[in-house]
Amino acid sequence: MTVSIVVVSHSEKIADGAVELAAQMAPDVMILPAGGTDDGRIGTSLEKVLAALEQAGGDGTVVITDLGSAVMTAESALEFLENPGGVLLADAPLVEGLVAAAVAAQGGGDVQAVRKAAEAARGVAGHPGPAGPEAEPEPVSSAPPDCTGEFELVNQAGMHARPAAKVAGGLASLDAEVTINGVDGASMTGLMTLGAGKGTVLHVEAWGPDAEQAVEYVGGLVEAGFGEP
Amino acid sequence: MVLDANWAVKWLTLCAQAMAEHRVELIELDRAIGDSDHGENMDRGFQAVLAKLGESTPETPGAALKMTAMTLMSKVGGAAGPLYGTAFLRAATALGDSAEIDPAAWAGALEAARDGIVARGKAESGDKTMVDAWTPAVDAARAAADGGGANVLGVLVAAAEAAEAGAVATDPMVARKGRASYLGERSAGHRDPGAVSSALILRAAVGAAA
Repeated sequence: MTVSIVVVSHSEKIADGAVELAAQMAPDVMILPAGGTDDGRIGTSLEKVLAALEQAGGDGTVVITDLGSAVMTAESALEFLENPGGVLLADAPLVEGLVAAAVAAQGGGDVQAVRKAAEAARGVAGHPGPAGPEAEPEPVSSAPPDCTGEFELVNQAGMHARPAAKVAGGLASLDAEVTINGVDGASMTGLMTLGAGKGTVLHVEAWGPDAEQAVEYVGGLVEAGFGEP
Repeated sequence: MVLDANWAVKWLTLCAQAMAEHRVELIELDRAIGDSDHGENMDRGFQAVLAKLGESTPETPGAALKMTAMTLMSKVGGAAGPLYGTAFLRAATALGDSAEIDPAAWAGALEAARDGIVARGKAESGDKTMVDAWTPAVDAARAAADGGGANVLGVLVAAAEAAEAGAVATDPMVARKGRASYLGERSAGHRDPGAVSSALILRAAVGAAA
């Protein structure tokens, strides 16, 4: 049983569509939409959110929201829950955050790792939003890395969405800070912005207790061509 | 006059009446600085509360407010849903299972409601939001309750009058929270619709006790 995800949007169509998109990359993860009001208008509904949270169960649930009052409705739902311990709200862009979270959940990440994966999508989404400077990506340590590696992309399509999701999803569940060619390795969207095609060499730098494991993980995936031609 | 479950039902009924009567006014206020859905959302939310009251009669004021919280959060849709929902929920929690509300308990319930709104919406006094109606109401209710002599009607009146004055005082403010904050300086010169609906709710509490 993996971590499950609830998507709270003002629009039923957005929630349903985002779930459909993420489910493609995470077939075993329960991802539930809670979009629109009870009567199908634009807005958010506590009842829908509570129903989704109840259905979600599993080993914890991460909630991803769109605009302001969706956040408030999700917070209110937590206030109504008798045991909100296993439910975490992620402050993340809806689509990028959801896909990153879904991949992390598919990879077996726990509820903290899944939220972290979602939130790592924030800094590179190009929408700093009202949070302003807080939305900047976290600076990576200036100390020398604990482990490094260089790997050449061998698959035809290079670092496209699915490989980026695999890399980011796996790294999000490790206790390590990882950069790949300067971007946050736990951020799927960050990796995609590299535009790294076949033949590109990835410089992996890792800090933290799981640094070595993180570099090995990336190397293993890259050298196997992500299981692609 | 005692503030019991019957009073709470009457209060919520008068809230629904007030939202229906002021629906257009709230829409107009919200059109100036927001997305013009506040009147419609509040009317719909309290009509749903009315329907729930028709289905079953709450046994305590707290139970009535908790039902209201749940209904507003599910039916209002806009930001007002979770904000008012949280306000009613926190007030209900503060009142617990008590059968009647005394002056200190009313002041405490208002304070819990205001704290819930602040926690949920992250707005402060002067941001041109409903907090600018609630905080003066809490202070006035607390002062009236602490003063002793005031009966419970006096505390209700003090809170309602302070909320109404607080709503008027939002006119010159520049919005720093909510949709109106996108307008910046242009939000000055308009009354905040959330502060107005808050004052209507607290005025209805007086009407129910009169």
